[in-house]
Amino acid sequence: MSASSLPSTVHVPAIAAPLPDVLPPFKPRRGFIGYLRKNPIMAFGGALLLTMLCIAIFAPYLWTVDPTSLAPARRTREPSAMYWFGTDMLGRDVYSRVLYGARVSMLVGFSVAILSSIIGLTIGLTSGFVRWADAIVMRIMDGMMSIPPILLAIALMALTRGSVQNVIIAITIAEIPRVSRLVRGVVLSLREQPYVDAAVACGTRTPTIIWRHILPNTLAPITVQATYICASAMITEAILSFIGAGTPPIIPSWGNIMAEGRALWQVKPYIVFFPAVFLSMTVLAVNLLGDGLRDALDPRMAKRL
Amino acid sequence: MTALLEVIDLKKHFPIRGGFLGGTTAHVYAVDGVSFSIEKGETLSLVGESGCGKSTVGKAILRLFDLTGGQVVLDGKRIDDMQPATLRPMRRRMQVVFQDPFSSLNPRMRVKDILAEPIRNFGLATNSKDLDDRLARLMDKVQLPRDAINRWPHEFSGGQRQRIGIARALAADPDLIICDEAVSALDVSVKAQIVNLLQDLQKELGLALLFISHDLAIVEHMTHRVAVMYLGKIVEVAKKRDLFAAPKHPYTQALLSAVPVPEPGAARQRVILKGDVPSPINPPKGCRFHTRCPYAFDRCRTEEPPLRALAGGHMAACHLHDRPDSENPLAGEAGKAVLPA
Repeated sequence: MSASSLPSTVHVPAIAAPLPDVLPPFKPRRGFIGYLRKNPIMAFGGALLLTMLCIAIFAPYLWTVDPTSLAPARRTREPSAMYWFGTDMLGRDVYSRVLYGARVSMLVGFSVAILSSIIGLTIGLTSGFVRWADAIVMRIMDGMMSIPPILLAIALMALTRGSVQNVIIAITIAEIPRVSRLVRGVVLSLREQPYVDAAVACGTRTPTIIWRHILPNTLAPITVQATYICASAMITEAILSFIGAGTPPIIPSWGNIMAEGRALWQVKPYIVFFPAVFLSMTVLAVNLLGDGLRDALDPRMAKRL
Repeated sequence: MTALLEVIDLKKHFPIRGGFLGGTTAHVYAVDGVSFSIEKGETLSLVGESGCGKSTVGKAILRLFDLTGGQVVLDGKRIDDMQPATLRPMRRRMQVVFQDPFSSLNPRMRVKDILAEPIRNFGLATNSKDLDDRLARLMDKVQLPRDAINRWPHEFSGGQRQRIGIARALAADPDLIICDEAVSALDVSVKAQIVNLLQDLQKELGLALLFISHDLAIVEHMTHRVAVMYLGKIVEVAKKRDLFAAPKHPYTQALLSAVPVPEPGAARQRVILKGDVPSPINPPKGCRFHTRCPYAFDRCRTEEPPLRALAGGHMAACHLHDRPDSENPLAGEAGKAVLPA
């Protein structure tokens, strides 16, 4: 039994001398562009989403006409140089309707993602930190999660008038439990981190601990979750509109364009085809972006950034 | 000389929740009546195997959770029942260095902000220039280059991160640092550097250290006194030399004999304990060690031995010391010699 298993004591002067464990060479980050180049799938998703966003914003300038103007004389025209995506049974231009429909999808997708993240973050942080609230809040969330989100959204829409705003509120409520659970789980694991204990020992107050040590470390998983919520909100919105419980028919949305084209889909499939392709591409874009973000924000993958 | 830190009959029981309504079904008796004291500038090592409650003692002293019972007295003031507001200034005087150098630094804070946190919290710097000076001096103290202060934790190696952890503990200008397995996760050469750094800092700043460890070689290298824990209780406390030369508790004896000897083929007798450590949820009655103790007799199974003083400031919790020396296999220097097979 002796200390001879240790290397002999090296006396170190009080002022820093070059160390045996010198700092690793500083590697400049390759930056965002470099990262995208290594992750073409994420770049593709991002570019596709950006395109959709531009379409939504600049719809009036993209050779569209009023998407609600009726022209019974020119109804159910096949796609042509005049009507790129054809016209529907009331003679409205499907191209214009699809482009304007992107606005509803984008608005609903992003609003729901942002709102449910913020609300879910608040609920998750509260139940992760306030012991007595945890049991109550989480049982409520369990109850909400036992109802499929689409059914919950339909039920909520049944209580109100159909409008884009109400669609956003209904889908947000249906998505909140998922985010809250995620945040609560992350908070509970972060609370046990030694650096949180060290901060407590350093005299940091609880609100500062949440703000400085907990919150920044929840943002990565939340961002990833938000992209998936965005995608699922777009689909839910389309479903609600398709069954007539969502966006009112006066506002073109991909869901209600498809609903209106449904009766004719065997003879005039293009009315359903174009909004469906746009919806799929947008959801694909968001999901690809989400996968890329997940890889990028995962600490174990940090070295690749 | 009064003790800097005094721990009296410290208890921490963790409730086990279960059932539909989350009621308490049992307790984990993680720490069950631990007493010791540390003087200014002294190193006390707390040793024992995994799960014996060493780290819980450290966290309880730091008031990272509320105690189940007992007192913690820091420099004459009871801190175990203090309100958060009165406790905060006392927190400055005791800091902590954790085992895992990776999870003990917030990955989203620069070294500068990590080190500045305690300084700002305790209002130790008068202005921003003073803060910068303090940060630079901290980096010097732990022998890291000053310009590394703007870097992120992930840019450092394990040993360097542990230096940052030590610098954070020093930033508050404490009297006591609790090193919770502070070197266990490091490889041997880095371990030696950190141990030497801690010793140098202790000499320079007069720090008291509570060195929680399971590595007896390191403990023997750097401690003044040793407390041995088994299943939530201290079974023996003694000066390093006395403990390593003549352990007065059968558990310590077994623990010491398990330390590898860096000499191939060295003749050694080992005490091999039978069985596993009993569960702290349902600790054995009487002496907690009686289920594995080679000397256990009837009294051990019913009556719990108190920790009491033997000759030379040595303390042990074992009924054997009630017997005359001729019948006590641990008497005198005999503890070193090993029992019948």
